Amino acid sequence: MVEIRFHGRGGQGAVTSAELLAQAAIAQDRYAQAFPSFGPERRGAPVVAFARIDNKPIRVRTVVSKPDNVIVLDPSILRIVNTSLGLAESGVQVVNSSKNAATLRKEFDLKGKLVTVNANRIAAEEIGRVITNTTMLGALVKATGLVDVDLLVEQIQNRFGRIAGGNIKAFKRAFDECVIDE
Amino acid sequence: MGERKGVEVSIAIAEAAAACDVDCIAAYPITPQTHVVEHLSEIVAEGELDAEFIPVESEHAAMSACCGTAAAGARTFTATASQGLALMHEVLFIASSLRLPIVMVVANRALSAPINIWNDHSDVMTERDVGWVQIFAENGQEAADLVVQAHKIGEDKRVLLPVMVHFDGFILSHVIEPIEMLDRDEVKKFLPDYEPQQRLDVDNPITMGPVGMPTVYTESKMAAEAAIRRSYGPILETFDEFGKQFGRQYKPVETYKTEDAEVMLITMGGISETAMSWVDERRAAGEKVGLVRFRLWRPLPIEEFKKAIKGAKALAVIDRHFSPGGPGGPVAQEIKYNLYEDEPRIPIVECVAGLGGRDVDFNDFDKALGKAKAVLNGEQVPPFELIQVRGGHHGEI
Amino acid sequence: MTKQSETPRWQELALGTAVTDPGSARYNRTGDWRSSRPIWDFDKCVKCGVCSIFCPEGCITMQADGLPLADMEYCKGCSICMVECWTGCIEMEEEKE
Repeated sequence: MVEIRFHGRGGQGAVTSAELLAQAAIAQDRYAQAFPSFGPERRGAPVVAFARIDNKPIRVRTVVSKPDNVIVLDPSILRIVNTSLGLAESGVQVVNSSKNAATLRKEFDLKGKLVTVNANRIAAEEIGRVITNTTMLGALVKATGLVDVDLLVEQIQNRFGRIAGGNIKAFKRAFDECVIDE
Repeated sequence: MGERKGVEVSIAIAEAAAACDVDCIAAYPITPQTHVVEHLSEIVAEGELDAEFIPVESEHAAMSACCGTAAAGARTFTATASQGLALMHEVLFIASSLRLPIVMVVANRALSAPINIWNDHSDVMTERDVGWVQIFAENGQEAADLVVQAHKIGEDKRVLLPVMVHFDGFILSHVIEPIEMLDRDEVKKFLPDYEPQQRLDVDNPITMGPVGMPTVYTESKMAAEAAIRRSYGPILETFDEFGKQFGRQYKPVETYKTEDAEVMLITMGGISETAMSWVDERRAAGEKVGLVRFRLWRPLPIEEFKKAIKGAKALAVIDRHFSPGGPGGPVAQEIKYNLYEDEPRIPIVECVAGLGGRDVDFNDFDKALGKAKAVLNGEQVPPFELIQVRGGHHGEI
Repeated sequence: MTKQSETPRWQELALGTAVTDPGSARYNRTGDWRSSRPIWDFDKCVKCGVCSIFCPEGCITMQADGLPLADMEYCKGCSICMVECWTGCIEMEEEKE
């Protein structure tokens, strides 16, 4: 079982990210869960969402406290939340930032595999709004191969309909442009 | 076979209700409401379901409207949670006493104060005595399947009672997981059109809900008691029929790895899945533990339960609610009551956990197991304990 | 419809303790609740029927001769007919026995 924790701010689509990831895994006939951190929703407040993916039925209903992967959708979150909390040593942290891995490691004491992508810029250019949920999934999938890229694109298409084009472009650009730092 | 989809559990429940071709949905549309009726309102607005959607000003009004539509002979569905269920309280008795087969889904959540929107069983456990059939789902698939079965059970001419389907708030209601969606044609085969035995009809007038003088009230209560006890047979038949048609067999009491288990954990609802994984882990470590969970809560399937716990040396009950100043957790109370006369009398440890949305994880099950083992070793343990409380339940009070 | 028993065994109750006998309230002779009764002065009565319309019990009927008659089996002596009568031909008289 792979467990993923998403950090973002209310309104950025952390929950949607988790849902799309789970739906892509389920579309592949695997098992998955996605759920929010169950708080009152407030735009701009730090929020957490979770996903689990497995090849057999998932029998656990607790929050993810020891994630294998962490996604940080908003660069400013790093200053207020310890996003590495409970992250496995072999885990991957995917961060939306214009800074490179070395700078982030120094600034926030980040260990393990670190993936950086300037999702704010990509989202602004491709979607026209700084909503980074689909963009960040591109970097996550590139770094982890968690789900099939085509199936994930299909989920984005289903979810966003008419406005899916920009999201898919942003997803693909992040896939290509993210930098993986071992 | 329905389509297997990654879908939020609340949405799957709404789709299941739509597949039941319900005639009427009366619901309060604001917090603590779930996506269940929100999605149903969309389905109705889109013209995908020919039903009357009545948004009302409170849950008290919601249940009152449900009584009205069910009395008129309409297949009636609603959903609520937490304070909403509490606000319905007095009308719940009326629905069951008038024998109106309403189906209500409850996303189990805590009651204030302090204000808390999260999952536990304090809402449902304070509605134990309202005379409804009550069934607990463990996951999203069960919740959706049970909606369909609930309509069939409630409308059975031998039953004619309202049915509550419980599913845990947030840890089920807001989770996306794979669910096999129920095909409308398949559901139609399983659930024929509702034919009320009696209804409000101007051509054949009757009075529902008249005054019941002291000379009649006792008999009326006895009739309701007989009805819910007799519903057990039709409930099992419905489970079997559903199993045959849809390939998912339901039982009033479920067991997991109980053969040769010495300590059995007793749970209800969504934490049962976590408990199964915990049993796997403990078994791998050589501990003889098993899990028993109630799916059916009213009528209480006590004979099935007794069969399920055969061979156990001790039980550890996890309750998600307790009676302040009273005898502990409701599930444990009922088990103890029912096992009192049985020999040998096995020890039962009562653990209250998961209040107001606190996670129930392996550590908590370990603690429950530890208490059970302590009792088996002859140690004294508190009669019941809020096992997650900081400061200790039995410190200075 | 037959009159339902007043002391049924629980097995004999209609579903949900419904009353299946329409108009069964007639069996309750509520006239003995009365503490005063309406008396008409037919010299003043103009046979308009207002008393009959306003009677909440529905116990006042207009006779063939056009005059009202209250059924004392059901009249509870509420005085509404007296209040509504615009000719003032109804007076309430206290029940003696």
